[in-house]
Amino acid sequence: MSEKLLEARTLTMQFGGLKAVNELDFFVNRGELMGLIGPNGAGKTTVFNMLTGVYQPTTGEVVFEGNPIRGLKPYQIARQGLTRTFQNIRLFRDLSVIENVLVAGSHLARYGLMAPVFETKNFRQLESEQYERARHLLDIFGLEGKKDWSSGTLPYGEQRKLEIVRALATGPKMICLDEPAAGMNHKETHNLMELIAKIRQEFSLTVLLIEHDMKLVMGICERIVVLDHGVKIEQGTPQVVQSSPKVIEAYLGVDEA
Amino acid sequence: MQDFVQHLINGTSLGSIYALIALGYTMVYGILQLINFAHSDVYMMGAFSAYYLAMFMGLQNSPGVATLASLLAAAMIGCSLLGLAIERFAYRPLRKAPKLNILITAIGVSLLLQYSAQIIFGADPKVFPKVLEDSVLIDFGAVQLKSLDVAVLIVTVIMMLALNFLIFKTKIGKAMRAVSQNMTVASMMGVNVDRVISFTFVVGSSLAGVGAVLVGMKYPKIDPLMGTFIGIKGFVAAVLGGIGSLPGAVLGGLLMGLSEEMVVAYLSSTYRDALAFGLLIIILIFRPSGLLGKKGVEKV
Repeated sequence: MSEKLLEARTLTMQFGGLKAVNELDFFVNRGELMGLIGPNGAGKTTVFNMLTGVYQPTTGEVVFEGNPIRGLKPYQIARQGLTRTFQNIRLFRDLSVIENVLVAGSHLARYGLMAPVFETKNFRQLESEQYERARHLLDIFGLEGKKDWSSGTLPYGEQRKLEIVRALATGPKMICLDEPAAGMNHKETHNLMELIAKIRQEFSLTVLLIEHDMKLVMGICERIVVLDHGVKIEQGTPQVVQSSPKVIEAYLGVDEA
Repeated sequence: MQDFVQHLINGTSLGSIYALIALGYTMVYGILQLINFAHSDVYMMGAFSAYYLAMFMGLQNSPGVATLASLLAAAMIGCSLLGLAIERFAYRPLRKAPKLNILITAIGVSLLLQYSAQIIFGADPKVFPKVLEDSVLIDFGAVQLKSLDVAVLIVTVIMMLALNFLIFKTKIGKAMRAVSQNMTVASMMGVNVDRVISFTFVVGSSLAGVGAVLVGMKYPKIDPLMGTFIGIKGFVAAVLGGIGSLPGAVLGGLLMGLSEEMVVAYLSSTYRDALAFGLLIIILIFRPSGLLGKKGVEKV
């Protein structure tokens, strides 16, 4: 029996009179690639924001590796191994490509404030380990050659990839990808999905994927949760979801005739 | 001509002090988009920390490098602790509140410090201990290189090199730059944002402490309201250079110091302070985001 890595229990997010997400229950098994889909405004990104501590859920609980994480600060959640990327790219634009990656992994190397001044042996070793690790991650995504570029000058598709690299640098057990292929053409998307499969293997990652492209989600996800107006309307294997009348209704509307 | 070189030296010395103060404004602005009005009073407290250390250790009249170093340490530690406390207790609780609330709080903290200082230290000016012997190091006839100016320059250059190292070569420096670009994202990437902000206040405040000792050394009279004017100058310097930009703060500070010195020398000392603000207005007309500030991209 597979083990639950993340579990959301009756998560609700209320903004004034609007319930963006209403009593949502779902779980993600360790090692799984799960899809979270739904029409525009269904509340998918709000779910990510609640999981990663950007929003404090109005009610409900998030359990990660058996520990409740609701109310923790985003950095505490990140350090427990739950991280994400963003629908609209949010790189540290003034930092170089490799600095973006190094910032994200910095909590993994611990040394004192004065260590850089005295260049202690421990410091030098940690520093070069971090640097090598960052380079390796960039290499997987074909960005190693541009490591000293200012990240804001990268082409769009590579910025998207750098976001994933940066998230990986935090040493995650689970990564939430918010429309990683948005704005990419078919070939780029295909290439990205292969990379996601690869990092999943290499880092034994669990992945929760928000994606608009139905075909893509159906092709790679093992299980899918469908949201509409903040409510879970369906969950199951791609086959189950594809043939669900509720899902078809949410995406295409009801035939009034 | 010789006069001009002499004024250049004096102006650079004064300007580098403005730069130190401006750096504190610009660092806090860069990370919190807050004009920290209390910064000038942190500076004042730095002068008093150094003064009382000197009293306590009997350093009032033993000028020398050791005295300079201990007074700098006292001011830096005093200012760091104060900056840390201000951030923790006055600004952090308002982190998510509208920016105007925290700005008004900053003004409140500034007044609190000024009037508490008047009660505790008394409103009368005090004579700052003699830090260094004022001697002429090199005499070119009309141009003199004085020990105090040289000390000011050496100390500020060391501080700026240290700051540069800190920001661009260390982990916490990277984290500071990341937080100043996007606090929430930095937090989600595992950066402890509160710690980074505290650290920013420590660094900015200790620079103000350094500035206070250097000013006390050159103009040995300190009082609880001493921060007001130099604070405004430092703030103007930061805006002039482009608030949020570290090289901008240094450039702005030097520009202010030099132009002030030149005005006093060649026009009239009456216009000394008018000039600072005149300069600000003129530069902001042509470069609204300051000399080295980034052009704001308006999102439509």
